[in-house]
Order: sequence, then C-alpha cells, then structure tokens
Amino acid sequence: MIARSSTLSAPWLLAGPGALFFFGLVLLPLALTVILSFHAYDHSTGIQNAFTVSHYITVVTDGYYLEIFWRTLRIAALTTLICAAIGVPEAYILSRMRDPWRSVFLLVIIGPLLVSVVVRTFGWSMLLGSQGLVNQALQLVGFAPVRILYTETAIVIALVHVMLPFMVIPVWTALQKLDPMVEAAAWTLGASHFTALRRVVMPQVTLGMLSGSLIVFGLSASAFAVPALLGGRRLKMVATLVYDEYLHELNWPLGAAIAIIVLVANLCIMLAYNRMVEARARRTLG
Amino acid sequence: MAFLTLEGVSKEFGTFTAVRDVSLTIDKGEFVSLLGPSGCGKTTTLQMIAGLVEPTEGRISLDGRDITREKPNRRGLGVVFQSYALFPHMTVAQNVAFGLEMRRVPHAERTDRVREALMLVQLSSFADRYPRQLSGGQRQRVAVARALVIAPPVLLLDEPLSNLDAKLREEMQFELRRIQRKVGTTTIMVTHDQAEALSISDRVVVMEGGRMTQVDAPYRLYEQPSNAFISSFVGKTNLLAGTWRRNGTTSAADIGGVLLEASAPEIAAGTPVTLSIRPEKILVRDAGAGRLKGRVASRFFLGSQWLFTVETPIGIMTVSTPNLGVEPAAEGSPVGLDWSPDNMRIIAGNAAAAA
Ligand SMILES: Nc1ncnc2c1ncn2[C@@H]1O[C@H](COP(=O)(O)OP(=O)(O)OP(=O)(O)O)[C@@H](O)[C@H]1O
Ligand SMILES: [Mg+2]
Repeated sequence: MIARSSTLSAPWLLAGPGALFFFGLVLLPLALTVILSFHAYDHSTGIQNAFTVSHYITVVTDGYYLEIFWRTLRIAALTTLICAAIGVPEAYILSRMRDPWRSVFLLVIIGPLLVSVVVRTFGWSMLLGSQGLVNQALQLVGFAPVRILYTETAIVIALVHVMLPFMVIPVWTALQKLDPMVEAAAWTLGASHFTALRRVVMPQVTLGMLSGSLIVFGLSASAFAVPALLGGRRLKMVATLVYDEYLHELNWPLGAAIAIIVLVANLCIMLAYNRMVEARARRTLG
Repeated sequence: MAFLTLEGVSKEFGTFTAVRDVSLTIDKGEFVSLLGPSGCGKTTTLQMIAGLVEPTEGRISLDGRDITREKPNRRGLGVVFQSYALFPHMTVAQNVAFGLEMRRVPHAERTDRVREALMLVQLSSFADRYPRQLSGGQRQRVAVARALVIAPPVLLLDEPLSNLDAKLREEMQFELRRIQRKVGTTTIMVTHDQAEALSISDRVVVMEGGRMTQVDAPYRLYEQPSNAFISSFVGKTNLLAGTWRRNGTTSAADIGGVLLEASAPEIAAGTPVTLSIRPEKILVRDAGAGRLKGRVASRFFLGSQWLFTVETPIGIMTVSTPNLGVEPAAEGSPVGLDWSPDNMRIIAGNAAAAA
C-alpha cells in the first residue's frame, strides 16, 4: 500500500517544482496583465478601479496601432523567409563539409549567439549609419549614399543575422538524421544532383525548416532590441510600442492590452502553422 | 567478352588503404560474388563500380567505355545498398517507381512494372506502406525491387538477402538467378555468407584486407583454396601443421610424430607444410579401423548430417557424416578415422615447389 501510494505521488512531486515555476513566472504575471488590460485609465489621475474594454477597441480601430501590427507581421514574415532561404542551403553545405571545416563553420554560425543582441545591434547601426562602412563603400564606388538605418531594411538585416542560427540548427539536425546513402540511391536511379536534392533531401529537411521558421517567426515578432535600436523613434514594432506605452505614456492598461493582443495573435499564427507542420510530418514521417 | 573491367583499382581513406590493387574482369551475364570477412573492402569495391566512391588509383570500364570518373546517375546501374537507403517519405510503390520516373517511363507502364517488381519480392500488399512501417526483411526486399525494376545492365547487390529467413532467402536467390539467366543481367553480389556465395554464383571473388586473394568457380574455390584463410572461411576445414617427409617414392606429412600420407607435388623433405581436409571427406569407422584412432568428444545433430569433434593424437578433428537414419557413434566412444589421401590438400608450403 505504502509503495503504491508513493509511486502514485511520485509524478506529482517530480513535476511540482517545474509547475510551481511555470505558475509563478508565467501564468501569474500573465493573469495580472490580462486583468490590468481591462482597467480604465485617465491621463491626469492614472489607473482607475473601473473596468472597460476601451483599450482593446482603441487598438483594433486606430490606424496608428494597426500599422504597427502590420509592420511587425511583415518584418517577421520577411525575416523568416530570408532565414529559410539562407539557412537551409547553409545547413546542407555544412552537413556535406569535411571535419575540420565543419567544426569551424558550425562555430562561426553559432558563435554570434554568445554575443549580446544589443552589442550586435549596435554593430549593425555603425555599419549601416549614414557615415557607416556600407555607405562609405558605396560612395567609394561612386554611388550616392543611401539611408538604411532607421528603415525596415535595417531591422530585417539585423533580425536575419540574429535569427539565422535558429533556422540552421533544426535543419542541420534533420540532415544529420538522413542516411547519406539515401541521396546516393537517388543518383544511382538516374536522378541528377538537383533532382535528388529536390525530391529526396528537401522533403526530409522540410520538417526541420518548418520548426525553424516557427522559432524565427515567434522571436522576430516579439523582438525588442533590434527595432528599438535600428528602427529609431518613429519606426516601431509591437514590442517597442508596448515598451513606450508603459514607460513613456505611462498608460499601463493600454500597454497590457497591446501585449495581450500580440500574444493571442502570435499564438494563433503559430498554432495554425504548427498544425500544418504536424499534418505534414504525419504524412511524411509518421 | 569482358563487360565490366576493374584494372588495378585502389581506394585510400587518408592513410588507410581500404581496397588495394583490385583487378577483375566480368563477362556479360555473369553472376559474381564478392566474399570476405567484415571490413575487407567489399562495399567500397562495389561503390567504386557504382560511382559513389572515387578510386584513388586504377580504371573501371563498362562495355568498353571508361567510367572511372563518370557520375553515378549516368552509369545506369542498379544498386542495392547495405543500409537499404529507401526514401523514407515515399511509399513502397513510390520508392520502386522512382527510377522509372527518372527514366520518363510512361505512367501506365510504370504502374505495371512496379506491380510486377513488388510481386517478385512478394510485397504486393505492402505497396502503400511507408518504409518505417515495414520489417527489416521487407525493407530489404523493397530495396531489391527498386534496383530490379529499372532493368539495369549491371546489378550491384550489397548483402541483399542478409535479413531474410532461410526459406525466403532461398526463394530470392532463385529469383535473382532466374532474372540473371533470363535477362542476362550482369550481377555482382556482396555477401559474407559463404554458402550463399557458393550456391548462387558463377564465380566467387574472395577478398581479404582489401585484396583479392582468389577468383574461382565455387566448386574449385571449395576444393582448391589458395590459402589457409580461404580454406577455413569457405566451408569448414581441419588445418594440420607439420613437416614434409620423403622416403623413396612415398611422401608424407609429419604431424607431431604421426605420419599422414598425402599425394603431393615436388616438395623438398623438411619443408614446413599445412594440410587441410574437409570434415565431410573424413569417414568414421569402428575403433581400430582407418588411418587414425580417436574418441568422440562431442556430437551435434544438424538435421541432414551429424557433426563430430574427435580427439586424436594430432589434435581435435571436425568430422561430418550424413544422417543415414541410424544413430552414429556416441560421445566418448572410440572410433577410427579414414579418408582418401587425394582429399588431403597441401596449402601452405607449395609456394616453394611452384617457384
Ligand atoms: N569513408 C570512410 N572513411 C574511412 N574509412 C572507411 C570509410 N569507408 C570505409 N572505410 C574502411 O574501409 C574498410 C572497408 O570498408 P567496407 O565498407 O568496404 O567493408 P565491407 O567489406 O563492406 O564490410 P562489411 O561486410 O562489414 O559490410 C573498413 O575497414 C572501413 O573501416
Ligand atoms: Mg559492406
């Protein structure tokens, strides 16, 4: 009896610390944020003890906020697309490299993760600035200088740089699992290198690519440091918008409402995407 | 009429030589087995023919055309991989159809040929399954079907039947042999199962440590192995080390003081020799009869035959006798061993005589 009850409680005890952690650090703040987002706010007196849905209505009807939402979606989607376009071939080449080089390049790809995003973003702002290296090079070749800093282009460039490892690593893992002889089998059956890649290798890495996209999209959509430093005061993304509502406008309830909308939108997009990924996985791998 | 030729082919991986100076000529329609212990370079040799491993040295030609540097997709050979290498995201039927698709075979014909190939390997009812839903032996048969369906001029099979049960394996061997006879497909099969190599091939190539040590018809390989390794790797044998003695016209080998008569080429007296006699060439007689006395140490029943280990003054001998329906000598009973001196082979030591 004793042994039995202890085995029954063991899973609860083991899961306990994790659950407590999750409750304390994720669920509780989230619940508080939800409650906060329904509080009324007055510019002169601050947060009221009355409840309203006006913040949500403001956000979904005001063109200013909608534009920021669309911009965030656009930038995150573009970043994901570019990361896939660069990261998948990169992972494939990496997996076909010989050993000393493979380790070196893997380090080159993962290395940036060791440097703080803020530091890397400052690096980009120096490169892309009006007197930065890129513009100096352009002028040297005789082109007019272009404004890159404080545009969406700058944000996308820096985001791609930050997010690339999150695309390369899952694709690389998928490639590691693939028997190299499978590609060779396609060749012996008459497939060209390109056909073998398209028909045999790609379907195998799609799953890695899709999960990589999920990570990249989620992280890009909620990125803060990159848009804050490279977007300037005017070019906001949702994370910087929430920050401003909280710390500049001091309108915490509105900031909370935006945060919740972003969370729900992100969740919807990612769940839908994940369902697609899983359906595909079932079809190809089970 | 040489169809496939390997001339002095070698492969080095860094400083390690996996295949060393292999030369081989294979006729059109021939069935050749590569036989050898694990790691001796069979797969490497096969993959050099398939174009998946580039030889460090040497030349490979097919039908008079040098293919040493030709891309694998232009060689048009059918390959069964040791690891099967099935496409995991395609069904069995799609796997088999892939080669036909690459050859732009019309859809209707493709379906027919796939069905035929799957019937051949007895997997018709599995056409819509994915490889992961199959057993090891079923996957192996899909790999065989995928290679056969494109009707290649040369089939390269890397242990294609290693995972099948005895009955299915025999049926598949028969099918491979039938196809090779009917279509005239030149077939090279890697195996480390000597019984399979002997039963199915026109010729057997024995490889040891990256080298080809003997190329012969199965019967000759079995009866005249060129070294002690082959004689024990291909079938079972008793190896006896001794010294050659000569007394006028008769000659014999002195094995630890016991003289065994053997018909021999000119070997100088005093030369160290190794004798080999197959278990089935030794007859079990009553105690006192025969050339050698012994005592049955153990006895194994193998169905069609009995396998004895017999303690004799020259060491433990392995003897097999056909099962004639009566129980033979029991364990511990004294017996006499006899054989025809013609069946006693001298394998080491005749190099000196040949020189
Ligand atoms: N890519 C490689 N790099 C280094 N060594 C290799 C490589 N491929 C094979 N070898 C070595 O070459 C030797 C021959 O390998 P191979 O695969 O041809 O053996 P095999 O005869 O097919 O053995 P098995 O019967 O176990 O399949 C082995 O010792 C193996 O370790
Ligand atoms: Mg092998």
